[in-house]
Amino acid sequence: MPNIHLFKVAAPDVARKAQAGQFVVIRVDEKGERIPLTIADWDREEGSITIVFMEVGTTTHRLATLKAGDSIADFIGPLGLPTHIEKFGTVVCVAGGFAVATIMPIARAMREAGNRVISIMGARNKDLIFWEDELRSVSDQMIVTTDDGSYARKGLVTEPLKELLEGSEKIDRVIAIGPSIMMKFCAKTTQPFGVKTIVSLNPIMVDGTGMCGCCRVSVGGVTKFACVDGPDFDAHQVDWDLLLARQRTYLNEEKRSFEQWQCQGGNCSR
Amino acid sequence: MPKINLNRVPMPRQDPKARGHNFNEVALGYNDEQAQAEASRCIQCPKHPCIGGCPVGIDIPGFIKAIGDGDMPEAVRILKDKNSLPGICGRVCPQETQCEAVCTLAKKKAPIAIGRLERYVADWERANVELADSAAVKSAPTAKRVAVVGSGPASLTAAADLAKLGHSVDIFEALHVAGGVLMYGIPEFRLPKEIVQNEAGYVGSLGVKLNLDMVVGKTKTIDELLNSGYQAVFLAPGAGAPMFLDIPGENLNGIYSANEFLTRVNLMKAYRFPEYDTPVKVGKRVAVIGGGNVAMDSARCALRLGADEVFIIYRRSEVEMPARREEVENARDEGIQFKLLTNPKRFIGGEDGRVKAMELYEMELGEPDESGRRRPVTKPGTEHTIDVDVVIVALGTRPNPIIPSTTGGLETTKWGTVVTDEVTGRTSKSGVWCGGDMATGAATVISAMGAGKRAAADIDKYLKG
Repeated sequence: MPNIHLFKVAAPDVARKAQAGQFVVIRVDEKGERIPLTIADWDREEGSITIVFMEVGTTTHRLATLKAGDSIADFIGPLGLPTHIEKFGTVVCVAGGFAVATIMPIARAMREAGNRVISIMGARNKDLIFWEDELRSVSDQMIVTTDDGSYARKGLVTEPLKELLEGSEKIDRVIAIGPSIMMKFCAKTTQPFGVKTIVSLNPIMVDGTGMCGCCRVSVGGVTKFACVDGPDFDAHQVDWDLLLARQRTYLNEEKRSFEQWQCQGGNCSR
Repeated sequence: MPKINLNRVPMPRQDPKARGHNFNEVALGYNDEQAQAEASRCIQCPKHPCIGGCPVGIDIPGFIKAIGDGDMPEAVRILKDKNSLPGICGRVCPQETQCEAVCTLAKKKAPIAIGRLERYVADWERANVELADSAAVKSAPTAKRVAVVGSGPASLTAAADLAKLGHSVDIFEALHVAGGVLMYGIPEFRLPKEIVQNEAGYVGSLGVKLNLDMVVGKTKTIDELLNSGYQAVFLAPGAGAPMFLDIPGENLNGIYSANEFLTRVNLMKAYRFPEYDTPVKVGKRVAVIGGGNVAMDSARCALRLGADEVFIIYRRSEVEMPARREEVENARDEGIQFKLLTNPKRFIGGEDGRVKAMELYEMELGEPDESGRRRPVTKPGTEHTIDVDVVIVALGTRPNPIIPSTTGGLETTKWGTVVTDEVTGRTSKSGVWCGGDMATGAATVISAMGAGKRAAADIDKYLKG
């Protein structure tokens, strides 16, 4: 089971400006790559940012070895445009896997703006259920699913989503965040109902400030940079196949890098 | 009247075949004999047009005479009086279109190799720090604080000049190292990163405080800087937003903007993957689209990563190429192929979403356009396809909109550059100056430095009331 970690990082300048939907770019050490991580929460007085991540490849494994008191070499943000918050009416927030951390501040802000918030969170199994109480505390209604039925309702998040759209309550906006394939299927689910659906795209990034174009996505047939034009986009306009293909660009290199990490005994220092 | 010696001392270079496989510096620098021989060619003419040809006004005859006299500390002192980044300039300035173009001996096709001598002096200083005595003369501290946005050539120059004038200077840099294009854009084999860090360190030694990982416009806005104790802001974040062709297939895997490709290779050291974690695609057949210095840099990096064939694809002919002559020759000597009067039509991908070929048109030159160069016109029916597995789009860059979009009262042009007075560097916003690529669009390191100097002088006047 891949491990999920929650880190609170002292970053007063970032904490002062952070808003729901934004992200940071981090570099663990001098030879590390730059990767984006969404901001799960912030405390302006304390000067801290909370990030949540899953151990996937070299960088996240290396990050996971850090202990309280350690430093991350570079922590840049807040980047991206914040999620558009307004009183829409009823907003459904759908979170796939540990993206519940990204959705939490958005659901909270939507609630504070006067929306009725219905949250759906789904994970593969009960071991990957995360921040359920936190999300519940900022939602008017909450539905939890697991793919294998090991906890709460068995099924994918798209099933309760469809039921809500078919139901008698008018749904004004859907926010869906999670793995690209999950967001793609949420978009397909909401499209026939014509409900505006916002997703937070997660392409590969390098600088995160709009200078390289690595994160380019196609939205409504137009090329956009997810780091400065997004990361939020209209789900029904996104070219999902392109996003999925571009996210696979470095599969071979990622594997090679990870194998080297493992050969070094999974040791952080180098 | 000194005897005129037209034997220009050539610059020793790494062998073209060998250097295509390493990232070491191509130009090796003069040794002492070569420097003496070249310096002695300067006739110390009374008119010295070279000084006017230099965007930062270096006393060129002065430092050259000091070399000839064997007084290297004096050469360093004269050079650094006007130029805080001589190791950088000596390597990347297009002297052939500046000081050397107007040298009195240029008429005899043997101008003094001013750039090579500048490099020689800078390199001597780095190797002989104890002897150099390059401690700058600094004015008494004023109580004034200046924020400098960006840490590229314009910013480093302005910061150094303002610090020498006694002001307190803080630089705010978005990336995790200082230097801007000097670090992420220009490759190791043209400008070693150790030299960039050394010269940025010199600026730091003047008391300038460097704040990395600070994205002005996101982490702090210009207004926040002005409201938190800075009396002036010098805005020089560069023109970092890449331009694409907007043709079909451009988002296929393996197609890079030059910014991304060079950032991965130079800044993140992808040429040492997997020792460094950032990867880059190593193509077998690489196409680079563009004809400027960035295109040459991209092509030569792709070659060194291990490409079998690298093509420069440029829509005009060789005479219109904006790249430095020297870099075009270096590229050609290394075996890079030039497909001139050629333009891409579309990219073709495979099942895996990766680029595998591109379709090209042939071009011909028509009437001149706004740049004064003859406009390239597509020749219909000339489509042909070549196999490629990596493409680098090096068309140029535009200013990043992050700062203008978060700064009230800052007038910009339709190209996104900040409206700036050419002489003073002032913008439409009170307390804000601008210089470098953000003001002019993508240009040279030295022109950015000149802008940094002019703005620093005007900011100094403003701060002193």
